[in-house]
Amino acid sequence: MNPRDVQLGDWMNKATKILRNVFPGRKFNRRAFLLGATSLLGVTATPWLFPSRSEPAPMNPADPTRVPGSPARMYGQRSPFVEARRIPALTRSRTPLQDLHGVITPSALHFERHHNGVPAIDPTRHRLLVHGLVERPMIFSMDELKRFPAVSRLAFIECSGNSGSQWEEPVQLTAQQIHGLISTSEWTGVSLALVLRESGIQPEATWILAEGSDAAALTRTLPLASIIDEALLCYAQNGEPLRPEQGYPLRLLLPGWEGNACIKWLRRLKLVAGPLMTREETSKYTDLMPDGKARQFTFEMEAKSVITTPSGGQRLPQPGFVEIRGLAWSGRGRVTRVEISVDGGMAWQPAELQEPVLPKCHTRFRLGWWWDGKEALLQSRCTDETGYIQPTRRDLIRVRGTNSYYHYNAIQSWKITKEGRVENVYV
Amino acid sequence: MCTCKRVRLGTLAVLCLVWLCVVGVGGTRIPPESSQTFGLGKPATSAEIQSWNIDVGPDGEGLPPGQGSVQEGAKVYTATCAACHGPTGREGPMNRLVAGEGTLGTDHPVKTVGSYWPYATTLYDYIFRAMPPTAPQTLSPDEVYAVVAWILFQNGIVDETTVLDRQSLPAIRMPNREGFVPDPRPDVP
Repeated sequence: MNPRDVQLGDWMNKATKILRNVFPGRKFNRRAFLLGATSLLGVTATPWLFPSRSEPAPMNPADPTRVPGSPARMYGQRSPFVEARRIPALTRSRTPLQDLHGVITPSALHFERHHNGVPAIDPTRHRLLVHGLVERPMIFSMDELKRFPAVSRLAFIECSGNSGSQWEEPVQLTAQQIHGLISTSEWTGVSLALVLRESGIQPEATWILAEGSDAAALTRTLPLASIIDEALLCYAQNGEPLRPEQGYPLRLLLPGWEGNACIKWLRRLKLVAGPLMTREETSKYTDLMPDGKARQFTFEMEAKSVITTPSGGQRLPQPGFVEIRGLAWSGRGRVTRVEISVDGGMAWQPAELQEPVLPKCHTRFRLGWWWDGKEALLQSRCTDETGYIQPTRRDLIRVRGTNSYYHYNAIQSWKITKEGRVENVYV
Repeated sequence: MCTCKRVRLGTLAVLCLVWLCVVGVGGTRIPPESSQTFGLGKPATSAEIQSWNIDVGPDGEGLPPGQGSVQEGAKVYTATCAACHGPTGREGPMNRLVAGEGTLGTDHPVKTVGSYWPYATTLYDYIFRAMPPTAPQTLSPDEVYAVVAWILFQNGIVDETTVLDRQSLPAIRMPNREGFVPDPRPDVP
């Protein structure tokens, strides 16, 4: 026997002893253990050895109390029965809002938007450069940035193109397909103000250029006074380092502002005396109005809500109790009220808001409803702490026309048919 | 004797408290509103700044030396850009670069460099940093000036003898220069 076999034998003896202790009424020996282990391996390895076209069938014993479960894992995975997933395209993927609970988006389901792929960045080589109108141009490693006093907060990030399909004629889509370019995470990082203090800002510096280290070297310029109180340089999301598609190892977070301005893979901050008129703030992310003029630097995401249960593509199985559930948010602060209508906006009743209600963060709302099996028109309408009320689609279009593409935040209407189908309609 | 000891112990306790308030435990406390720095990071060298400092402002700041003509731009465009933007910049499939004048206030606006972009400097900045997507930051300054000249010529903004450089490019006034307004929101009653 070579030493490795001895070690393996020892290990099996120990494992058999443990099993005897855990299941005192049963007989265990090395042979039984080997048989069990190989059959378990067989069950778990079969899908890998013989992959089928569809997802591997989940391991589901008829009675899970009679079969030992799987061992501990280094990095957890969700149950194979859970299927919520993003809808990926080349430059974006959307969050399955209708499949989520509470307010936090799991990191793996956070929406993506990138302009030339997700870069692979070695954090030990990543640097942040701060220069321009400063007293001392400085360069920071990731280790140095993590040594600054840290802060965590929950905040949503919404692409300003979210729900953009709703400017046009209605199409039958799900909540995810229409509104899935928004997610909420707990973000951790260092205040931008603290990092800038190391460089010393010159008085003429009123705007700041942020640049990503991706293959678009994406840039936006931002008005310094408007962002300095809340901007964070984030290195963590939901307790872990950022996901690559969220800017690993470093991203800018501007709570309540359009996602495009929250530059990911952040490598450079340059203090400047005015906006640099980058492509992303002139040719894109500007809102064309009916008179042919375009609004520029429309950073804030206005209050919005959407019912996620029931929502487009779902089906109510039969008349009876339905808890109407959804998400509301405002880039200007806290959501103070969400109202629900089941008759297309004639009568409204307040929904219950899940505490804690946080500023610039998803707010979960719910309202119990008895569906009588007749046609219904479900809507949600939210109000934020500034008193702003989410507009109807008709009011939004009356002011902005249908060519602005960005910043659509009108009330979503879902029609429930007599058969229980849920359809996207305009009222 | 006993009282004396108490007084001395009391004095010691007060001194300890004062010391804790001033120095803190294991270091100096940083008041949140202070302007104190943390001594983190290193001074950036001019070489480090130069290698990343690729932005170009609307006044032309950041434009490198070099020059390019409409004729040279036609060659660069055909070789590098036409596959995605079409032979004349009008066809796509990716963003249309040419035409669309007078359409912004209509039901079918066509937003191109010629009809929509407010600054010609943005073209230099964007093409160098991000185009072509398969090999960003590989075009030389001469090639970027040239292809910018060609796109502006196609839009009727410069004539075919134009040669662009760091002086002439920022001087170009784009047709939609006055087409942008500040954010008036909240705007929907």
